[in-house]
Amino acid sequence: MTDTITVNGTAHPMPDDPRVSLLDFLRQHIGLTGTKKGCDHGQCGACTVIVNGIRINSCLTLAAMHDGDSVTTIEGLGTPDEPSALQRAFLEHDGFQCGYCTPGQICSATAMLEELAANWPSDASESLEGRMSISGEEIRERMSGNLCRCGAYANIVAAIEEVAAGGKS
Amino acid sequence: MRPFQYTRAPSLAEASNMTAGEDTLAIAGGTNLLDLMKLQVEKPGQLADINRLGFADIEDTDDGGLRLGALATNTETAVHSRVRSDYPVLSRAILAGATQQLRNKATNGGNLCQRTRCFYFTNIDQPCNKREPGSGCGAIGGIAKLHAILGTSEQCIATYPGDMAVALSALDATVDIAGGKGERSVPVRDFHLLPGDTPWIENVLEPGEVITGIVLKAPVGGTQIYRKVRERSSYAFALVSVAAIIELTDGKFSRADLSFGGLAHKPWFDPRVGEALIGQTPSEALFDKAADLLLEDARGYGENDFKIPLTRRTLRAVLTQATENAA
Ligand SMILES: Cc1cc2nc3c(=O)[nH]c(=O)nc-3n(C[C@H](O)[C@H](O)[C@H](O)COP(=O)(O)OP(=O)(O)OC[C@H]3O[C@@H](n4cnc5c(N)ncnc54)[C@H](O)[C@@H]3O)c2cc1C
Ligand code: SF4
Ligand code: FES
Ligand code: FES
Repeated sequence: MTDTITVNGTAHPMPDDPRVSLLDFLRQHIGLTGTKKGCDHGQCGACTVIVNGIRINSCLTLAAMHDGDSVTTIEGLGTPDEPSALQRAFLEHDGFQCGYCTPGQICSATAMLEELAANWPSDASESLEGRMSISGEEIRERMSGNLCRCGAYANIVAAIEEVAAGGKS
Repeated sequence: MRPFQYTRAPSLAEASNMTAGEDTLAIAGGTNLLDLMKLQVEKPGQLADINRLGFADIEDTDDGGLRLGALATNTETAVHSRVRSDYPVLSRAILAGATQQLRNKATNGGNLCQRTRCFYFTNIDQPCNKREPGSGCGAIGGIAKLHAILGTSEQCIATYPGDMAVALSALDATVDIAGGKGERSVPVRDFHLLPGDTPWIENVLEPGEVITGIVLKAPVGGTQIYRKVRERSSYAFALVSVAAIIELTDGKFSRADLSFGGLAHKPWFDPRVGEALIGQTPSEALFDKAADLLLEDARGYGENDFKIPLTRRTLRAVLTQATENAA
């Protein structure tokens, strides 16, 4: 057991107040404001981060429960000069308007591609077993935990489809 | 959120000691409890974090079944190779609920104990007998679209909102419980309670008792379907759901295990429905007879009146699909 949380490779001390959500810890305690607070109740996905390789809503978990864990936020996925494949695809496909949901969308999609590669089924999957397809319907279902008030969905799906298909389509 | 003390339970015995007190709640994934604490619906003085107590494994049982650790996540359960191949109705039910992010954090034990989504329950300015005994039920005569049509009481008409437990009920799984007076196992079908005069008591857990696992019997095969009807195609709670395990032998029903979600304060299992089907040849008239039995005592509360015909149609659709596949 350690008393730090590692965020994008850097270890940080745990907060003193157990009430601090992982989301507030990221934004207010260590100044990583890329992760957004939309609803604070698990209903929008804006706060999605990747913990030990798994995507979760950072608003519905306590920082105190994550000692020893490794968290990746949007800041850890790429930089303006060296964006990740999904970050670049979101730019190229206009996968956003106001951009508020975008960090959550991209963190979510990053982990989602790993889930697809591991052939985890979704509610949209024809079969629970075998290779999962990367159809638009699958992407929409798998990304349904990330809402976009601007309704940029068509371009978000296009960006993810391109990366899922392994490059420019 | 109100201030609380956070303690990581060092052992099951200690978790049990802690939660035996009025003021302490166990926290697993936290996706339901923290939501309700932010709304001040739940106001524990202490949280006992049970996440590092072990019981997160999914293991074969000696008789060919499968034991799902209470702390295994909903995702780990839904993608487990044996759940996918031997208990597909369970994978399907889990995948039909919430979102990937939530399922990745939600645990099997926490899912069973999740609280109702009744709007009056989650709004502390409203009357609610479940949250504030004696304050009245806002939903009766109010906003009741999600509410129950079976097993209601004059005190409360809330539904148990989960999906996973509906499939577990159809599969006749059991819940392993530890702490309090020792270990015991309770069928999922008996785990949740009807509201009666004590709507705040939602399941059989006594103070200090912790769910350690869920046991699935040896697989029974059959055609397994989870059909969830909701207001949008994803990320919404069930209006009505049906978990079905159906088998035909020589053109007649030889297995018909059916449980329903969204209808009551618990996953609804009425043995008369399956009994009416067994030994019979599938037909529209037979499906209607099963629905008549299921809905014999159903009653709407205005906004949710639609659930009565919707349940009938959903049951008919599931039985049609299952018998077409199996024929
Ligand atoms: C936006 C949203 C949408 C959702 N949609 C759906 C849906 O469509 N279908 C669905 O089924 N669910 C849905 N959920 C609910 C979700 O599935 C539950 O929040 C989750 O399963 C709870 O598990 P948890 O481990 O996070 O529980 P926690 O929040 O940690 O705990 C919940 C309760 O269970 C108790 N508890 C936890 N573990 C144990 C244990 N081992 N023994 C005894 N008591 C225990 C806690 O004390 C607490 O009272 C949704 C949730 C959200 C926020
Ligand atoms: S239905 Fe139950 S939970 Fe909802 S307001 Fe009435 S008493 Fe409360
Ligand atoms: S802020 Fe966490 S889901 Fe909306
Ligand atoms: S781009 Fe504005 S909310 Fe999605």
